[in-house]
Amino acid sequence: MKIVVASGKGGTGKTTVSVNLALVLGNCTLVDCDVEEPNCALFLGDMKVHQDVILMEPAFDLDRCTYCKECADFCHYHAIAVIPPESLLFFRELCHPCGGCAIVCQHQAIGESPRMIGDIRRGEFGGVTLYDGQLKIGEPLAVPLIRKLNALDDGDGVFIYDSPPGTSCPVVETLQGADYAVLVTEPTPFGLHDLKLAVDVVKNAGLPLGVIINRDGVGDDGVERFCEEQDIEILLRIPESRQIAELYSSGNCLVQDMPDLARSLRAVYTRIQEVVG
Amino acid sequence: MKELVVLSGKGGTGKTTITAAFASLAKDAVLADCDVDAADLHLLLHPEVRGRMEFRGIEIAIKDPALCTECGACREKCRFEAIDENFDIMDTRCEGCGVCEIVCPADAIHLEFRLSGEAYISSTRFGPMSHARLFTAEEASGKLVAMVRKNAKMLAADEDRSLVLIDGPPGIGCPVIASISGTDLTCIVTEPTVSGRHDLIRVVGVARHFKVPVAVIINRYDVNPEMAQTMEAWCAEENIPVIGRMPYDTAATMAMVKGMTIVEYDDDVLAPAVRDAWRRLEGLLYGR
Repeated sequence: MKIVVASGKGGTGKTTVSVNLALVLGNCTLVDCDVEEPNCALFLGDMKVHQDVILMEPAFDLDRCTYCKECADFCHYHAIAVIPPESLLFFRELCHPCGGCAIVCQHQAIGESPRMIGDIRRGEFGGVTLYDGQLKIGEPLAVPLIRKLNALDDGDGVFIYDSPPGTSCPVVETLQGADYAVLVTEPTPFGLHDLKLAVDVVKNAGLPLGVIINRDGVGDDGVERFCEEQDIEILLRIPESRQIAELYSSGNCLVQDMPDLARSLRAVYTRIQEVVG
Repeated sequence: MKELVVLSGKGGTGKTTITAAFASLAKDAVLADCDVDAADLHLLLHPEVRGRMEFRGIEIAIKDPALCTECGACREKCRFEAIDENFDIMDTRCEGCGVCEIVCPADAIHLEFRLSGEAYISSTRFGPMSHARLFTAEEASGKLVAMVRKNAKMLAADEDRSLVLIDGPPGIGCPVIASISGTDLTCIVTEPTVSGRHDLIRVVGVARHFKVPVAVIINRYDVNPEMAQTMEAWCAEENIPVIGRMPYDTAATMAMVKGMTIVEYDDDVLAPAVRDAWRRLEGLLYGR
C-alpha cells in the first residue's frame, strides 16, 4: 500500500505526519520525495548514499560539427545556439536531457556525458526504512529524482511518501501509483486556499483522500466548512501546541512523548486501510 | 530598477506574510507573486485584475491513434517514461521535448502548445501587481515565473517604479531558480528549527550559485532561542546579515484571517519588527 502525505501549502506539517505515522506503524518504508528540501532524515538519523542519480546530457565533438544548426533548430528548450561559421553554445541549465539533439545530428558530432543531479540516500531506524533524494544545489530538475524514488515501491508492504509542497509536476509524480492521499493543512486562509488546489490534484489522480488539520485552534473555521461541503473526511486534528513546536524545532519525533497522538495516528492508518480495502 | 526576492527554502516560514507587510511599506514597488503553484499573496493584497493573458508555456506531444502503428519507437526513445504500455502519452510526464515526434515512422505524433495557466496584471492598495495561476498538475512553472517577472518589470517601467518585490516559491528547484536568477538581493525568511536551518543552508547555496546577495530574517525565533543563536552564528560566519528577528505571535494569523498585512493590523510586536527589517533591507538594496 502506498500512502502519499501532501499539502499544497508548505510548512503545514507533512514531514511531522509522515515521520510519526511511519514510527507508529513500524515495519514500513518512508520515502521523502521533497528532494529540494528533504527533512525526514533530520528527525530520524544518519543516512548513507544509496545511489547517485545521473542524467545523460549532450557532449559536443566540435571536430565533427559542421555548424549546420540541426540540433539548435530541434531543441525545444532552446538549450543550444549555433552561430556559423564555427560557434556553438550549450546552455546546460535549459537542457532537459532528452537525447533529441544526438538523434537529429547527421555528423555524429553529439555524444553524451553523465551529469549528476543528486543522490538517493537510505537509512534504517528500528523497523522504518527511510529513503530520501537530495537535489544538487543549482539543479532545476526535481522530477527525475522523484521518479527514481517512486520506483522504490515494489508493492510489498506499507510505503509512506512525503510529498513536496505545491500542486505541479513534482507532486503529480509523487502521486503516481498511490492508493491514498493524506492532505495536511492548517485552519487559516492560506491553508484553505492551497488545500483546495491540492484536493483538485488528488481528485484528478482519482485517489481517495482524507485531511489532517494541524495547528487546530488557530485561524478560522474555513477548512472545516470546506471539508463538510465537499464531503471530505477529516482524519485527525492536531492541536496548536507549544510543546509540539518545541519538540519539532529540536528535531524530535512526537510519538514517544505523546502517546495520545500515537494512538490517533494508528487510528488514522486503520481508517485508511478500511477505505483502501 | 531593483529586484528583491523573498525566499525560504522550507515552506510555511512566513514568506508571504512578510512579503505582504513589505508591500505595505515599500512606497515605490511593483509586487510579483512568483509562487505560481500555490499563490497566496492575493489573499492579503486583494488585487483587482486589469489584464489577463494566457500562459502557453510548454509543448506537449499529441498522438493520432488512427495513424499509430504501435511500433514502440517513441516508447523506446522517450527519456521521461511518458509513453505507457498501450503507447498512450502520459500528459503529466511529457516534457514536450519532441523526440517522439521525430522518431515516429508513421507521423502519428505532433507537438502542441497547451494552455497551462493564466497571468494577471492587477492593481492593489499598495501598487501594481503581477501574478499568475498555474493550472493544477501542470509543468513548467519556471516559465510562468519568468512571465510574472517580465510582466512586473514592464509594469515598473510603465508606472515609473524603482523596485520589484517578489514573493518566491519554497524549495530550491526550477521555480526558485527562475525567481532568483538576476535579482539584486534575496531576503530569506527562516525559522529556528532543524528543518529551517537545513533548508536555509541549501537555499543560501542556490543564492550563491546565482551570485545574488543574501539577508536573513529569523521568524518565530523564540520557539527555540538556542537554535536561533546557532543559526545567527552560522550567518555571521558566512557574512550574511540577519536583518530581522520576529517573535512567534498569533497576530500574524489574526491579520491573515482579516485579509490584512501585519503592518495594517498594527500590533505592538510584529509590526515594529517588520518595519525595522524593511528599513535594513532598503539600506542593503540602496547602499544606505
